[in-house]
Order: sequence, then C-alpha cells, then structure tokens
Amino acid sequence: MKQHPEYGTRTSALMKIITTLSVFIFLVTAVTTVYSGDYVISKSTETRLTDSVPVPLKAERDSVASVQAFSKVYKVLMSPRCMNCHPAGDVPLQGDDSHLHTMLPQRGVDGKGVYSMKCGNCHQPENTPGLNTPPGNPEWHLPPARMKMIFQGRTPHQLAKQLVNRKQNGDKSLEKLLEHADDTLVLAGWHPGEGRTLPPMSHAEFKKAWTTWIVKGAYAPNP
Amino acid sequence: MIKLTINKKPYQVEVDPDTPLLWVLRDALGLVGTKYGCGVAQCGACVVHLNGEAVRSCVTKVSRAAGQKVVTIEGLAAKADHPVQKAWLELDVAQCGYCQSGQIMAAAVLLKENKNPTDADIDAAMAGNICRCGTYLRIREAIHLAAEMQRKGSNG
Ligand code: FES
Ligand code: FES
Repeated sequence: MKQHPEYGTRTSALMKIITTLSVFIFLVTAVTTVYSGDYVISKSTETRLTDSVPVPLKAERDSVASVQAFSKVYKVLMSPRCMNCHPAGDVPLQGDDSHLHTMLPQRGVDGKGVYSMKCGNCHQPENTPGLNTPPGNPEWHLPPARMKMIFQGRTPHQLAKQLVNRKQNGDKSLEKLLEHADDTLVLAGWHPGEGRTLPPMSHAEFKKAWTTWIVKGAYAPNP
Repeated sequence: MIKLTINKKPYQVEVDPDTPLLWVLRDALGLVGTKYGCGVAQCGACVVHLNGEAVRSCVTKVSRAAGQKVVTIEGLAAKADHPVQKAWLELDVAQCGYCQSGQIMAAAVLLKENKNPTDADIDAAMAGNICRCGTYLRIREAIHLAAEMQRKGSNG
C-alpha cells in the first residue's frame, strides 16, 4: 500500500515526541529510585561495582524480589547459629534460646576474648566430639570491638542497611558481601556440632537468597 | 609418633593424634598436676599454657600441641616460685586444691597480659575456672598480691 507523504512526516514527528517523553520518564524514574529512602546501596559503591564486576546490573534491580529474598536472609541471620556470635553486648550467646554464654567470656578488642578467656582456649579448630561440647573453627571469634556488627535486636530494615554499610560491615563491598556467603564461619553455622539446631534452611538456599537480595539491588524492607 | 615440648623438655609419644592433650600429660607422661574435672571445657581444672595461652587440655587434641610450646603447672616456674604460686601460698588459697592448678595457670596468663588487673579484669579472666570449695575471694586477693609482687620484681 502506498503511503501518503504527509502521513509519513506526521508519523515521524509523533515518534520523536514519544521518544523524548520516554527518555524523560526513564530519567525521572531512575532519579527517584536512586534517592528513595529505602535504596541502600550508595551511588559510589554501585558505580564501582558495575565497573569491576557484572553485579548488580542495573537491569537486574528488582526491589520486590530483593526484599522477598531478604526475608529469608533475615530468618537465617537471626537464627541462633548466626546471631549467637553477633550479640548486642560484649558476651557471646549460647544455645537455641540465645542465653548469655556461660562463664561470660568477653569480646575483647579483636573479638577473640581476653586474658585466660580467649575463644580458642576452648573452641578448637574443629568441633569437639560429643553432645553440646564446644563447637570449633580455625577462625572462631566475635566481631571486633570497633565494629560489632550486631544482629541481636535488629529489625529487617536495620539489618539490611547495616549489612551494606561499609562503615558497619567490616568495609565489605557488595562483591565481598557476595563472597561472604561462603566464609568459613558462615559455613560453620551449618556444621554446628552435636546438640544444636541448624539454621532454618540449607546453606544452598541461604546463599541463593543472599545473592538474590544483593544482585537485585540490596533493598531494605520498609521500617 | 608425636613430638611435644613440655616445660622446655622434648617428649615423643605414641598416641592417636586425636587424644586429648590432658590424657597424654596425665596418662602417658605422668604429669598429673593438671587435673580432669569435666572433660568438656566447662570447669578449667585442666588449663595448661599452649604457646602462652591458657588452653583447656581436655578438649585440645594432642595434634594441636605437636611442635608447640606446652607449659604445665609443674613447669610454670623452676622452683614453684612464680608470683602467683607465692601469693597462693601466702594467702592459703587452696581448700581441697583440685581446681587450683587450673586457677594458677589461668591467673598467670592474666598477669602476663595485665600487670595491674582490676577486680573486673580478674572476673573477666577467671570466670571460666570453677572452684567447688568456693575459694573465689581468696583467688581474687591472691591475684592482686601476685600482681604487686610482680611489679616489685619479686618473681623469685
Ligand atoms: S576438665 Fe577441662 S575444662 Fe573441665
Ligand atoms: S579448692 Fe577445692 S575445688 Fe577449688
């Protein structure tokens, strides 16, 4: 079918307007997303990451999926196997009821205890055999005094923000956070020694949720 | 064959590497000053020094001590005159005595790292050492006295 010449000119003018409009809408959306209160990745972190590693790709951002994944992450992090070594005070917690560790061992400056009460005096490089004997790991320690990385008592919103804040997370970039899922002490949570319950999901499932949370934008749930 | 250095002396022992160090000290080597209380790191009776740290020998596998420096109560001071030991005697700290070698070994680490401990420091350091006879107050007093002896250079 032959097109009327004037019709063609009008179409292209219309296309131009539509294109301009969509660019405008895109920009408005992007700016609103970056500056909305619950978006927890700082802009500089985000830029650095996209420069060095392919995550999180802007295209992958999805606040709904990210927050949904975080609800799983939160369940694991607040389980005794994780939270017991991220106490609000300076004494680690013990047991499935997260009571204060008997003997009241202290955090110390480096998180490895004090004087004759250093973690490694009882906690061996591996679990000690037997029911409720000291669990072990070569790296056994609490977060250090200058950065306590407290989980106990944190809401999902607070914990998500804390986890990606380099001033509160041990100066971990998002890339480092992703790797942290396989940290030896994180893995120790799934190898807790006899008489202790496991975190509420498998490590594989946790890692998937952790990765999804971060890759989809590391959004914090609403307060 | 596992090589150990205990109280500056070399030993070789033919034991399973998973054997607790406490068993090796007491049963294989006859160093019975270190006591067995609970076997699960709950009481502190079995404390020895491993590279200067107050480890609980009941849960420490002998393999962890291989090639490292172990000190037991027998080797804390050549003439049993470590300031802690002298202060303990002076104040008659021991009741039945069962927990005391662990207490003394723990206190020695505290005083190595803190020359002038407060009551709070003493509590933090000693809270893991249980005494069935309840000598805690004398232990605290003796640690203060030992610190004073140490500061005055009276370490025998
Ligand atoms: S016997 Fe080792 S702590 Fe009780
Ligand atoms: S003196 Fe008897 S247990 Fe301490």
